[in-house]
Amino acid sequence: MLRLEKRPNPSRFWNYATPVLAVVLTMVAGGLMFALLGKNPVEAIRTIFWDPLFGEFAWYFRGQLLVKAGPLILIAVGLSLGFRAGIWNIGAEGQYMMGAIFGAAAGLALYPADNRLIFPLMVVAGALGGWIWAMIPAILRTRFRTNEILVSLLLVYVAQSILASMALGALRNPEGGGFPGSRNLSQWASSANPELIAGTGMHWGVVAAFASVIAAYILLQRHILGFQIRLAGQAPRAARFAGVSPNRLVLLCMGISGALAGLAGLFEVTGPAGQISIDFAQGYGFTAIIVAFLGRLNPVGILLAGLLMALTYVGGDNASTNLGLPAASIQAFQGMLLFFLLAVDLLSNYRIRPSRKEAA
Amino acid sequence: MDRRTLLASAASGLALSLAGGRVAMAQAKDKVKVGFVYVGPIGDGGWSFQHNEGRLAVEKEFGDRVETIYQESVPEGSDAERVLTQMALAGCDIIFTTSFGYMDATNNVAAKFPNVKFEHCTGFKREHPNVATYNARFYEGRAVCGTIAGLMTKSNKIGYIGSYPIPEVIQGINSSFIHARKVNPDVSISVVWAYTWFDPAKEADAAKALIEQGVDVILAHTDSTAPLAEAAKTPGVVGFGQASDMANYKPSPRVSSIIDNWAPYYVKRVGMVLDGTWESTDAWEGIGGGEVLIGEITEAVPAEVKAKAMEVHDAIGAGTYHPFTGPLNKQDGSVWLAEGETAADADLLGMNFYVEGISGEIPK
Amino acid sequence: MDLLGGINPAVLVASLMMASVPIILAAIGELVVEKSGVLNLGVEGMMIIGAICGFAVAVETGSPLLGFVGGALGGAALSLIFALLTQVLMANQVATGLALTLFGLGLSSLLGQSYVGVKPPPTGRLDLGPLSDIPGLGTMLFRHDAMVYLSIAAVAAVWFVLRHTRTGLVLRAVGENHEAAHALGYHVVRIRVLAILFGGAMAGLGGAYLSLIRVPQWTDGITAGAGWIALAIVVFASWRPWRVLLGAYLFGGITVLQLNLQAAGARIPVQYLSMSPYLITILVLVIMSADRRRSTAAPASLGKTFHASR
Repeated sequence: MLRLEKRPNPSRFWNYATPVLAVVLTMVAGGLMFALLGKNPVEAIRTIFWDPLFGEFAWYFRGQLLVKAGPLILIAVGLSLGFRAGIWNIGAEGQYMMGAIFGAAAGLALYPADNRLIFPLMVVAGALGGWIWAMIPAILRTRFRTNEILVSLLLVYVAQSILASMALGALRNPEGGGFPGSRNLSQWASSANPELIAGTGMHWGVVAAFASVIAAYILLQRHILGFQIRLAGQAPRAARFAGVSPNRLVLLCMGISGALAGLAGLFEVTGPAGQISIDFAQGYGFTAIIVAFLGRLNPVGILLAGLLMALTYVGGDNASTNLGLPAASIQAFQGMLLFFLLAVDLLSNYRIRPSRKEAA
Repeated sequence: MDRRTLLASAASGLALSLAGGRVAMAQAKDKVKVGFVYVGPIGDGGWSFQHNEGRLAVEKEFGDRVETIYQESVPEGSDAERVLTQMALAGCDIIFTTSFGYMDATNNVAAKFPNVKFEHCTGFKREHPNVATYNARFYEGRAVCGTIAGLMTKSNKIGYIGSYPIPEVIQGINSSFIHARKVNPDVSISVVWAYTWFDPAKEADAAKALIEQGVDVILAHTDSTAPLAEAAKTPGVVGFGQASDMANYKPSPRVSSIIDNWAPYYVKRVGMVLDGTWESTDAWEGIGGGEVLIGEITEAVPAEVKAKAMEVHDAIGAGTYHPFTGPLNKQDGSVWLAEGETAADADLLGMNFYVEGISGEIPK
Repeated sequence: MDLLGGINPAVLVASLMMASVPIILAAIGELVVEKSGVLNLGVEGMMIIGAICGFAVAVETGSPLLGFVGGALGGAALSLIFALLTQVLMANQVATGLALTLFGLGLSSLLGQSYVGVKPPPTGRLDLGPLSDIPGLGTMLFRHDAMVYLSIAAVAAVWFVLRHTRTGLVLRAVGENHEAAHALGYHVVRIRVLAILFGGAMAGLGGAYLSLIRVPQWTDGITAGAGWIALAIVVFASWRPWRVLLGAYLFGGITVLQLNLQAAGARIPVQYLSMSPYLITILVLVIMSADRRRSTAAPASLGKTFHASR
């Protein structure tokens, strides 16, 4: 029998080696699946992991990785603060939608004005929209002790309803011939969030994502609030003795994650997505939860996890199109990758030893 | 090809097209690569499934002369733009984008690849000479089903399950109702909005709610067979296959069906690329063009009802009858179409009102 | 004013009982999992695997009963991955659960490729003889398929086991304080693995109900978020079995009612109706949680990883 022994400190070597090991294991298991589906496993794996980074069209795909990773990272960084403190915001998807709706509404109210202040105004409105939507579960929790998991999750569905009626009603493009969907914000100079350097995929949302990583890193390492967040998560009672107000922490963490999710929505609707439509939300808010944990709730880890996740999306689509793989097999493949990443994490915190006698 | 040459070719292509030349006009080809972008999984049994059937028909028709690739479940927005670019880079000669929400993405990518043809389903923007649009007149099929519904209902109540209140769904409701009332002046219609594109359980609930209200004919604008399965539980309730034939529910409750048949259009357009005769067009075919098929009308329908339905079907197919022919009033009683006048396509594309006789409001 | 204008309450109750079955089954399973201190967010994935496994088995064997068994086994098999990762390899539960959903959605679609458009064998109503002929009550309560009664029985059984048996006591002890339970000599990991398997089987059963009775067909993504609602219902219920039934009936009832109101031509804007099930569920929970006399706390060890250090 083998037995696990907790390491006094996480192993530095395995911290870096585990993701590589997980990717290798996924390649083996995923390759097996692709082979079962009658495809060349080596080609499939190469198309997913190699081609977007170093293949013939990598100049295009590298930028797309940033476009895909940006919102994931921005949302995940916000969520990670709350998760560290034991505050469960599962509804980032709804906050993302509300950010987009608020931001787009603020901009469209001024259409067709030509003013450089409109975009910054929309950014503020977007953050506000996400913040307000996150404040509902936060206030219900601090005032009535209502569980924030349930409220934030159910508000996603409410936001989806609001999004649909906005696309069909208030924000519908009056020149769109009765079709649902708002004006294209990326085609109106005042509200557009274009690539800052052509071909790089770098838009304001990606910049904000990188900035959020740095800010969160500093907050957690240097700032008293970061200390409080870590303390509240690890030792809630000690935190209370240390004078940390749990309610204040709930409002702050929910607020920050809501505002960042709202920002992600705003940058997406003004840039890559372009318009408010019924199907605007694509699950970034849920995937970001995975990204947050994959990155071990650490800002730098989240950055890497977001990029890896983006690679599986971009590479997965690439393989699916060019090799005729079912989209579902890519989803299953992503699931496997996550399983392996989570499983081998064990090695950084535990040692595997042969047991002396039967394990307890 | 590196980025610079791509951008250069894009720029020169644009310049050419601005100069008035038909840049998309190419010579005949020996072999073409065709891309399809689907909004749902091909296992949805409805919308995307039928588009994929069209793709398979193209493969069957041209054999070795075509290579097709496709991508399922592509979200609208930035992902669509990436997948389209990826297909163009992979060497597709023509790409079919099969959901309304791909409209801007299609035009954006088309601007960068002037030598690739783009065909966008259900949209109206053709900003570049290499973009065409196509759609099907589903409301023509609804006219046939509405006729059957009006004659088959014993309670004089028919029900309609809508997804979202967009023009295409509203066309279907109006067309069904007009033709049901034409053959049965006492008929009324109840509309339930599911507010989702896809949730079979909710569709079943909606059908059940309608049946409880005394509805005995159900039309649906959602793609699953759930409403038919629900109808099967109550004797005397009938419905129609939607998007695909849903032949498993024959002869009743499925008494007929509206089938999206994209095969003729796809075969025609791919053939044009092979011949070098492809041009940007706006196609909107219906029963006449074979894009809207009425599935077998089963023996559960009396012969005279079937004859009446086929009469409507044949008149529409021959082009002698337009389902929206005046006199027709809007819901508030104001005149929409005068005697003998037919609806303009632009009116239909943006339809956002009920015709006279339908109660209830369109959600705003 | 007759708000319900033309809606028959007996029929409404009958529909909501049926509509709520998948959510009740999945939620009562998840309740047991969470009571043991494990948070499995993969309910949606386990449900949809149950839906396809149940469907495939029923179609191949022609027996809906075997189909339900297959659905339960499918859900349990998927939950085994979760158990292995979180209990043996001590992976993070939240992330593993979400990954399970992703994997389950993909795998179900691969498994279901040849079952699109197939009609499953019909499941009959349970014949309750004269009971079903009672006016009103008969329609409301006694004209259902067996699974409707099974879902209620499952709630009762879970309540009884948790409340009145030693097994239940041990399970709750593990969920409240795994260190103490371990010190008392209970096999924390073994108990949790069994709870996770039970949760998987129940979610699978709920999924199979969707594909075999409620819809009945197989299409990709058939669960359409039912697993998430089940998760919300467990929280809504404050981890108490009978409240799961209450929550699921409340949610299912409003969902069905809003469609009935539309069908009956009620003049309430549809967009408000469509968000009403979520808003009212939140509202009711707020009212219940504002009542400070009752404990609404989650199991104390919920979501925490356990490692026996001795």
